[in-house]
Amino acid sequence: MSTIAQKRGFASTIWDYLTTVDHKKIAILYLIAGGIFFLMGGIEAMMIRAQLAVPNNDFVSAGLYNELLTMHGTTMIFLAAMPLLLGFMNAVMPLQIGARDVAFPFVNALGFWLFFFGGLFLNLSWFLGGAPDAGWTSYASLSLASEGHGIDFYALGLQISGFGTLMGGINFLVTIINMRAPGMTYMRMPLFTWTTFVASALILFAFPPLTASIFMLSFDRMFGANFFNVAAGGNTIIWEHFFWIFGHPEVYILILPAFGIFSEIFSTFSRKRLFGYSSMVFATVLIGFLGFMVWAHHMFTVGLGPVANAIFAVATMAIAVPTGIKIFNWLLTIWGGSIKFTVPMLYAVAFIPSFVAGGVTGIMQAVAPADYQYHDTYFIVAHFHYVIVGGVVFALLAGVHFYWPKMFGTMLSEKIGKFTFVFFFIGFHLTFFIQHFLGLMGMPRRVWTFLPGQGLDAGNLISSIGAAFMAIGVILLLLNVVITSVKNERVGNDPWEDGRTLEWAIPSPPPFYNFKQLPLVRGLDAYWLEKMEGKTTLTPAEPIGDIHMPNGSFTPFVISLGLFIAAFGAMYHVDDKAWAIPVLIGGLAITFGAMAYRSIKDDHGFHIHKEDLMDDDNEDKGVKA
Amino acid sequence: MHAEEKFTPQTWPESPEKATLEGKNKFLGFWLFLGGETVLFASLFATYIALKDKVPSPDHMLAKDLFELPLVFVMTMLLLTSSLTSVYAMYHMKNYNFKKMQLWMLITVILGLGFLGCELYEFHHYYTEYNHTFTSSAFGSAFYTLTGFHGAHVVFGLVWMTLLMIRNAGRGLSLYNAPKFYLASLYWHFIDVVWVFIFTVVYLMGMVG
Repeated sequence: MSTIAQKRGFASTIWDYLTTVDHKKIAILYLIAGGIFFLMGGIEAMMIRAQLAVPNNDFVSAGLYNELLTMHGTTMIFLAAMPLLLGFMNAVMPLQIGARDVAFPFVNALGFWLFFFGGLFLNLSWFLGGAPDAGWTSYASLSLASEGHGIDFYALGLQISGFGTLMGGINFLVTIINMRAPGMTYMRMPLFTWTTFVASALILFAFPPLTASIFMLSFDRMFGANFFNVAAGGNTIIWEHFFWIFGHPEVYILILPAFGIFSEIFSTFSRKRLFGYSSMVFATVLIGFLGFMVWAHHMFTVGLGPVANAIFAVATMAIAVPTGIKIFNWLLTIWGGSIKFTVPMLYAVAFIPSFVAGGVTGIMQAVAPADYQYHDTYFIVAHFHYVIVGGVVFALLAGVHFYWPKMFGTMLSEKIGKFTFVFFFIGFHLTFFIQHFLGLMGMPRRVWTFLPGQGLDAGNLISSIGAAFMAIGVILLLLNVVITSVKNERVGNDPWEDGRTLEWAIPSPPPFYNFKQLPLVRGLDAYWLEKMEGKTTLTPAEPIGDIHMPNGSFTPFVISLGLFIAAFGAMYHVDDKAWAIPVLIGGLAITFGAMAYRSIKDDHGFHIHKEDLMDDDNEDKGVKA
Repeated sequence: MHAEEKFTPQTWPESPEKATLEGKNKFLGFWLFLGGETVLFASLFATYIALKDKVPSPDHMLAKDLFELPLVFVMTMLLLTSSLTSVYAMYHMKNYNFKKMQLWMLITVILGLGFLGCELYEFHHYYTEYNHTFTSSAFGSAFYTLTGFHGAHVVFGLVWMTLLMIRNAGRGLSLYNAPKFYLASLYWHFIDVVWVFIFTVVYLMGMVG
């Protein structure tokens, strides 16, 4: 009897998550899906390092190595880092601006499911004839020559998940512009909200070029087009330009929200207002703008000519200025603060020297003539892992610890967290620092093995040992999650005790309507201001009244599923399978049919009545805003 | 104001598409979406310009051999006029005149269908007469992708407007469906603007070599 009840409970939870449009639940979905992809990308990384641990190794074949390095990069960027950041944006940003949900809850769910099915499609390549093997950049000259369906999986999978990301970006932009609580002016928005805003704008303008170029790649590979086929008049450099016009803003899409998370952590645990708030905002916007002006620094060796190279070199160096402003602002935030070394703060403090090291090598590569030496060596690998792991992944790990109580209502163990940090931090530097020197000694990227006796043996072994340390750190984090969830010790509104922004004024996890009364924001760090005046709750901006909420919907899942099915049709069309075109058309029919259904069927949402909100108040006294 | 409220022409708000928070969000979100679409089409235009007249051998037709301005002129006129009629539809929407709005929407759809018919004829013509196909050259791929993406947008817009007209035929205007009509018309204008650029960059510039 009880097991049946439990099963039903489980099934209804699954159904709840399949149909949810609540930003907090979508955040959890992003966290779970992104986390799983992060582990898969990590396993791929471990296999790469296992192969390179000793010279002339045959742990994996050359072909499999190509697939591993391609999938590692693609998975980590598109399916792990970005969704995890979108998860934090979903979990935190609407709370930080005092909103009850995002502007388009339905589109929010659609964005997640598109990402999920795109990622699933891409990873199914492992079981259906081989993964993509032309690197995460998938340069057309390589990818058109790649046999099997690997590149097709890449193109279609990224296309589907890219649509999802684009929708997420538009959604966050509208949310921030239209849904801020009374008094929440732009210059009172927490920095994580600001970085979400700018990163969303970058998504809006950077993803369409990728969409266009992936369409071209798909058409070339699956439908006989000739965009990149030189013999038919095509030009393979077009792909490179579009990829990097997308690809460079993409790294800022990743790092800006990471900066935002660290800004929150620095001011929280230094118990000081963020130093130079307005210059931080200015620097964020400037980095976002300059991010579109530098793509060709990835193409210095293509042969665009000295003028183009010089312009892009100077533009690239200019980015160091706003980034430097940020670094000094963080340092001056800590300066003179009453510092608490919690786990998030450890990551934040470790981030500064790690990221600066990555930034310095970035400036070195901006010098175009010197870049001819660094190009395609392990020096580049070391550089981008220093900025992406030392910046983005540190921020993700810090964010997991920092926002876990707000998302789940329990606190991750600080003790295990510190072990995670120590293993990950040491492992990170052990893995990637030595790679600078391997690169300078001439070890090329993307090559599956190396010969003994060329001075590369010890460095590679050290690097592989470091990777194992990072793996231990991640396993400890998983352990921490399990232990915390089993213990299930509930925490209050402000578990870090020093919360400054609106999200820490409401229960953990927040009720599904977030704020019973929309708060009145009276300055930067709105909750901190109230606390300084001896209050424990926010000043309400409205009387308690009915709250309008959106209905859940299964349609986002169906729309995404349709594209997932259509992608199989497009891909197997190449093999002259009779069922391919019908499947392609059928899948698209499902997608567009579901969209039409959404358009036709009225959905007015529902209201939570004032009386029910009052009842809530009596049940748990925490619900106040 | 909320979505289910009943109105008369006197109480109908001045900007019904932005009168509710949902409407306001949709309005802004759709403008941003069109911003993204602009970048998408800009990418396709850039590709077209790079690959224009890039063919594998001299026996392939080039832009100046292919295009015939009279047909393209008719297409341009059809689409520009349809943009105007959709403005009339929005004019009546703002005046709470549902029947006239529907009528002008219908005229918009008919003009759009006319454009689509011409475009299909044009493609068919190139395929059968000139052997200028999607797969024949890089020029062909770029041409059909750019114009085809535009054509697909036209189809999507036509289906969208038709669905809206049928769905709301029996129940008149409300603050719930006013933003929907408005966005469909906004989308239609965007399609028109893209066509103006296609007319200039592909056809006019194609004629002068």
